[in-house]
Amino acid sequence: MNPFSSGTRLRDMIRAIRACKTAAEERAVIRKECASIRAAVSDNDNDYRHRNLAKLMFIHMLGYPTHFGQMECLKLIAAPGFPEKRIGYLGLMLLLDERQEVLMLVTNSLKQDLNHANQYIVGLALCALGNICSAEMARDLAPEVERLLQFRDPNIRKKAALCSIRIVKKVPDLAENFVNPVASLLKEKHHGVLLTGIQLCIELCNHSEEALEYFRKKCTEGLVKVLKDVVNSSYAPEYDISGIADPFLHIRLLHLLRVLGHGDADASDSMNDILAQVATKTESNKNAGNAILYECVETIMSIEDISGLRVLAINILGRFLSNRDNNIRYVALNMLMKAVSVDDQAVQRHRTTILECVKDSDASIRKRALELIYLLVNESNVKALTKELIDYLQVSDQDFKGDLTAKICSIVEKLSPDKIWYIDQMLKVLFEAGNHVKDEVWHALIVVITNASNLHGYTVRLLYKAIQKSADQETLVRVAVWCIGEYGDMLVNNIGMLNLEDPITVTENDAVDVVETAIKHHSSDLTTRAMCLIALLKLSSRFPSCSQRIKDIVTQSKGSLLLELQQRSIEFDSIIEKHQNIRSALVERMPVLDEATFSGRKAGSILAAAVSTSLNSVNGVSTSAAAPLVDLLDLGADEPATAAPTSSGGNFLQDLLDVGTSPFPSQSGTTQAQKNGTDVLLDLLSIGSPPPENSSSAPDILSLSQDNKISVSPLDSLSSATAPSVQASSTAMMDLLDGFDPSPPPTKDNGTAYPPIVAFESSSLRLMFNFSKQSGSPQVTEIVANFTNKSSNVYTNFIFQAAVPKFLQLHLEPASSNTLPGNGNESITQKLRVTNSQHGKKSMVMRIRISYKLNNKDVLEEGQISNFPRDL
Amino acid sequence: MGIRFILMVNKQGQTRLAQYFEYLTLEERRTLEGEIVRKCLARNEQQCSFVEHRTYKIVYRRYASLFFLVGVDNEENELAILEFIHLLVETMDRHFGNVCELDIMFHLEKAHFMLEEMVMNGCIVETSKANILAPIQLMDKTS
Repeated sequence: MNPFSSGTRLRDMIRAIRACKTAAEERAVIRKECASIRAAVSDNDNDYRHRNLAKLMFIHMLGYPTHFGQMECLKLIAAPGFPEKRIGYLGLMLLLDERQEVLMLVTNSLKQDLNHANQYIVGLALCALGNICSAEMARDLAPEVERLLQFRDPNIRKKAALCSIRIVKKVPDLAENFVNPVASLLKEKHHGVLLTGIQLCIELCNHSEEALEYFRKKCTEGLVKVLKDVVNSSYAPEYDISGIADPFLHIRLLHLLRVLGHGDADASDSMNDILAQVATKTESNKNAGNAILYECVETIMSIEDISGLRVLAINILGRFLSNRDNNIRYVALNMLMKAVSVDDQAVQRHRTTILECVKDSDASIRKRALELIYLLVNESNVKALTKELIDYLQVSDQDFKGDLTAKICSIVEKLSPDKIWYIDQMLKVLFEAGNHVKDEVWHALIVVITNASNLHGYTVRLLYKAIQKSADQETLVRVAVWCIGEYGDMLVNNIGMLNLEDPITVTENDAVDVVETAIKHHSSDLTTRAMCLIALLKLSSRFPSCSQRIKDIVTQSKGSLLLELQQRSIEFDSIIEKHQNIRSALVERMPVLDEATFSGRKAGSILAAAVSTSLNSVNGVSTSAAAPLVDLLDLGADEPATAAPTSSGGNFLQDLLDVGTSPFPSQSGTTQAQKNGTDVLLDLLSIGSPPPENSSSAPDILSLSQDNKISVSPLDSLSSATAPSVQASSTAMMDLLDGFDPSPPPTKDNGTAYPPIVAFESSSLRLMFNFSKQSGSPQVTEIVANFTNKSSNVYTNFIFQAAVPKFLQLHLEPASSNTLPGNGNESITQKLRVTNSQHGKKSMVMRIRISYKLNNKDVLEEGQISNFPRDL
Repeated sequence: MGIRFILMVNKQGQTRLAQYFEYLTLEERRTLEGEIVRKCLARNEQQCSFVEHRTYKIVYRRYASLFFLVGVDNEENELAILEFIHLLVETMDRHFGNVCELDIMFHLEKAHFMLEEMVMNGCIVETSKANILAPIQLMDKTS
């Protein structure tokens, strides 16, 4: 006989599974068992059916699929004997769920069983129905269940009650039928029935207002009496748990009283005495007693205010808080959070204890305590609390630091009494945990700094000292670099000293040192380095003596692989060298940022921020510093990094106002300007910013991008200021753009067919573009790119990447292959689709990058394609 | 409402009993069990018995080599659930006599029956050990 025939007993199978040493062995055993069970199922084997089902349940629990056993369940349910039915229903509940259609087949069996003579079978059916019935089954069988609510046997009654809960949930219309029977259920003596009756009652109350009213009028006194009986009852061995008779019933009753008393003064009045009795008399040295007290406190908090009770409740919570058991403390903290909304003063008294809990070793308690502290903070205690929290920040765990930092930052932001304190605290936070600080937070900090004009000197000196101590927090470095760039002269000349400061001597070279270290540090990311470059430019204007040194540092970034840094360093180098006359005007002091618009912008652009962060671009600077161009391919170049600047330097003003014509208006506004070389003008802050709402159509330049700061000599209205400064510098800008101007476009081609162009050619590769446009969508161009290999070697891992400026949208389809055989035998083709939102006004340009492997060496070729036909 | 699932897991992370009161696919169950078990097993004696996981709380208690985990809604009274776990263990103890992990494994159906008598559709039905064990003892007598 086959050792794994259906004759295997459940325990033998379990033994076999336990004997397996590896997962693969276990799977093999299970597979064999399933196979034999399946054979037995198809053989319609009666004897071992329930054994097979038991085995199936075990297998299901281990996580293997067991659908073939579902019909077995049905057959077992239909069998006459009790054990078979038992296993059948158990299998039904475990292996099936309400979404399976097989369930409908069971309805008939269930109906018969609900009317069965044997009450245990009725109980089985009710149990199964209560656990997994679907809406249709509920509708069919509801009348039966209703009838059973008045059955003679209390066990059946209790099961019927719970079954009704599920029915009411699934088919809310039937709820009215159950309201009347429930009232009688609540007068029962049997604890089980009472328990379930109460739960049914709670469900009905949650479900409809009228039911709530009905129960409130009729049942409240009855319930209070029941609770009194239970509380005062003598020792009942069956229901006793650690000295208290049936704490579960206590808790359920309290819950129901809570539901009934919520919002209703009369009901609350009648509960007054019993709640006070429970609160005072229950012993709290056992968990059961504490559970009852907890529920009691929750009830007191939710019903209408009876002041004496509230004080009692909060005292109990205070006692809980100082309990050594972690569970109790957790529960107390939970309750206190709800209590804060009700009675703030009382909770404030326990502030120190709660603060201790923030430092607890248990993670759950820490979290709760932190949230509670956050709710408790107000103007009077904010300084003390923040100090405590920041002290704790130094010693907290890494995973907790993130939460803690976020909370501290929002507390400081909301409730700081004055600017100097705000700056102090934020600097401390940055120093400890800058890496956990979100972008909006340090942007806000910078806004505040610019607004506090008397504190500029103080701030920059503080930052200088901090960064001397440790520079491993990225955000701190960024803020410091920005401030040193802006207020470098104040740092060096000790301007704006406050009384509490000691004078420090900082030479110009020291300041430049700081920025240089930041830019050279290996862990500085793209944003930090970009900010360093800008800061260096500012310093070169403020400290003319260091100009040469700064120029050297900037020049070192010229060859950087990151496009952003390359571009900035080349441009700034050019400014330092050739355009000293305008340099000082360019990097003048930033105008004060308006805090009100900033916070309004921030609130309105949270959604937009979510979009922009997902697109992973920070003001045109790709934050994935590792491979900014690779991102292009992933997103189909939705958010290209900087690309070749466009040639129209003159109409950048129109670009600025061009909100809404391109999908990412703010980026286009700012980064357009960048590419025009006037990013120096507009992007002096050069930190990431969430784009403003599209709806801001006001031509106020400042409203286009919150960080779109145009540094001009102080003028009253910024919008009028930009125009003249633009005009004045546009001629200068043309010089800057000398190196970037694409060659004039080739001859115009008016026809709809465009000639193919040789887009890129090097000694080893040729790239041809073939164009086509579909009629009706003149903005969209389909390009087929053809790569041919001019050498005789084979290129493998051939990858083509492209970047386009903002007004273009590029979509790249996968290449035909990524191996390019030599001598032009075969070529790789790749389709591109470009949408030109400035169709007719600007022609296409594209920067490309081709990487491949030649003899197992990586080769990289880059280039710019500017000979696209016009009107494309 | 109330209880969402009850799990019994041993120290190596193997599930010994699983009863779910809401619908989850097999994949979801496995991932859920994996995550929760890892969290609970990693905690030491001093920490409190409540873990917050996604939208619900897990109340757990360790008895010898077996962890009892109950997933509940956020509104449920955690201390009461702790009591319930203890009641469950005591009931099984009374039936099996000095219950251990192997007892539950080899008599999985009986454990399920007991659990069914106590909890239905996520709500606690019966808390008296006599009432819970009566039908089961009856069934044992007849079979």
